[in-house]
Amino acid sequence: MTAAIRVEQVYKRFGSVHALNGVDLTIQPGEFFGLLGPNGAGKTTLISALAGLSRHDSGRLTIMGFDVEADYRAARRQLGVVPQELVFDPFFSVRETLEIQAGYYGIDPSRQRRAWIDEILENLDLTSKADANMRTLSGGMKRRVLVAQALVHRPPVIVLDEPTAGVDVELRQTLWQFVRRLNEDGHTIVLTTHYLEEAESLCERIAMLKSGRVVALDTTRNLLSRFSSHTLRLRTASDKPAQLGMTQERITQEYATQERPSGWWTCAFAHFDEIEPMLARIRNAGCMIDELEIGKPDLEDVFVRVMQEQHHEQIRAT
Amino acid sequence: MNYLSIKPSRGFITLFYKEVLRFWKVAAQTVAAPVLTALLYLLIFSHVLASHVEVHGVPYTSFLVPGLVMMSVLQNAFANTSSSLIQSKVTGNLVFVLLPPISHIEFFSAYVLASVARGLLVGAGVLVVTTWFGGLSYAAPVWILVFAMMGGAVMGTLGLIAGIWAEKYDQLAAFQNFLILPLTFLSGVFYSIASLPPFWQHVSRWNPVFYMIDGFRHGFFGVSDISPWISLLVGLGCLLILSSITLSALKRGYKLRA
Repeated sequence: MTAAIRVEQVYKRFGSVHALNGVDLTIQPGEFFGLLGPNGAGKTTLISALAGLSRHDSGRLTIMGFDVEADYRAARRQLGVVPQELVFDPFFSVRETLEIQAGYYGIDPSRQRRAWIDEILENLDLTSKADANMRTLSGGMKRRVLVAQALVHRPPVIVLDEPTAGVDVELRQTLWQFVRRLNEDGHTIVLTTHYLEEAESLCERIAMLKSGRVVALDTTRNLLSRFSSHTLRLRTASDKPAQLGMTQERITQEYATQERPSGWWTCAFAHFDEIEPMLARIRNAGCMIDELEIGKPDLEDVFVRVMQEQHHEQIRAT
Repeated sequence: MNYLSIKPSRGFITLFYKEVLRFWKVAAQTVAAPVLTALLYLLIFSHVLASHVEVHGVPYTSFLVPGLVMMSVLQNAFANTSSSLIQSKVTGNLVFVLLPPISHIEFFSAYVLASVARGLLVGAGVLVVTTWFGGLSYAAPVWILVFAMMGGAVMGTLGLIAGIWAEKYDQLAAFQNFLILPLTFLSGVFYSIASLPPFWQHVSRWNPVFYMIDGFRHGFFGVSDISPWISLLVGLGCLLILSSITLSALKRGYKLRA
């Protein structure tokens, strides 16, 4: 099967900085893929190289099998990009902006083109603003127009570069609903975001970049289970401190207890069947549990762990 | 390949349309204002000099009109490409033109043709409002059209180079104030170089804008300082050199694609 996006040994330098340092990546058609990393990791540079906004020094990038340099026209028709910056052309209305963008992609003016633009406007709740000048729109509305521009030529692959930065909750919900539907309709979605909970809930697979290299690449589920675990947080009644202390000590030996701030203590566990023995020990010690919480694995923990590991590796290497 | 079957792509047509629409939406600033400026030049100079000066046997006011028309064509063609590109670069919306499958040749042609369109529109406006000053003849209309289009294309291309090179508005202003303005003002818009001392006549012959204005004026009066064929060759040579530089820059993505 032809990959939606294939990145092979791509290098890009800006002076002495390795923005992309041998990136390899394959994204299959229909995937909802997350591209995460700290600022300066190379996410936007990679997207720019894919979109033809910057030229890579070496390596190969293809979109739906089309080389972004040798066959740039076909490659660009396959790709819709929602840029990170809130950019717009102040001379035109929303509808003019979309009509012009469709023309750039070779779509002739027709009833179908108008109908598709109307559909996008409706889905992004922009119909009432269709004839408004871009300058008069709020930041959220401008962001919606950026999404609409990326979709106007019906690309099979859509890249959203931090689309919800500075966007209110309502728009985020609308946007994700729409993007989910596009993904269900078969579009490949590539998302970069600093909101890790969004990536966790939306992306099937995630790549983490640091210093221009892919440092983690797996399904979201695998990343969560490999680098993070469930946690049991509980607070016991302190009427029997001796027994509690003994219990804590024994559990600490047996499980990965991490912290005990202000009467709370936290144990990491991999499987749910480990909970009952833990609780049984506490009960047997005669302690009452006042409060109890179960924490799910968190992509933020994974992200921090991966980045810390890479940081330590870099220090060791130097 | 059957060259007769080549037709402009939708991407090119749309980019050309967008560039024309862009200046048309602010026509008061991009069309009416330069027409008014040229009219003021004509009023002032003709009032001061008309009764004293004749050039090539033509009354000064009549001599001045084609020069002002051509100067308007040249300056506005330059302004169209350069200002459009620098605005798009500074505001970041150039990304909408760089993302689609538009080739560097289509990009170049659309911007330059739109600049020619604005130049011709302003030139026609100046010609219309100065008609009542009288005394104009149309000895060779084909030369008028050829030099207006060629001059617009040369300056549109130069504007594209300036827009690609400049990263800030003040860099573009420097290009405009220290290159374009002296080239157009010292090109024989207001005088015939025959009236200059030999040294300055020689210097003027190194100014390519002089040939465009001289050739354009030939179309009206049938007389000029230089043969229109030589002016045509110089103009086409400039267009060829500037187009090659611009196309090469666009193909490499110089200052546009990181």
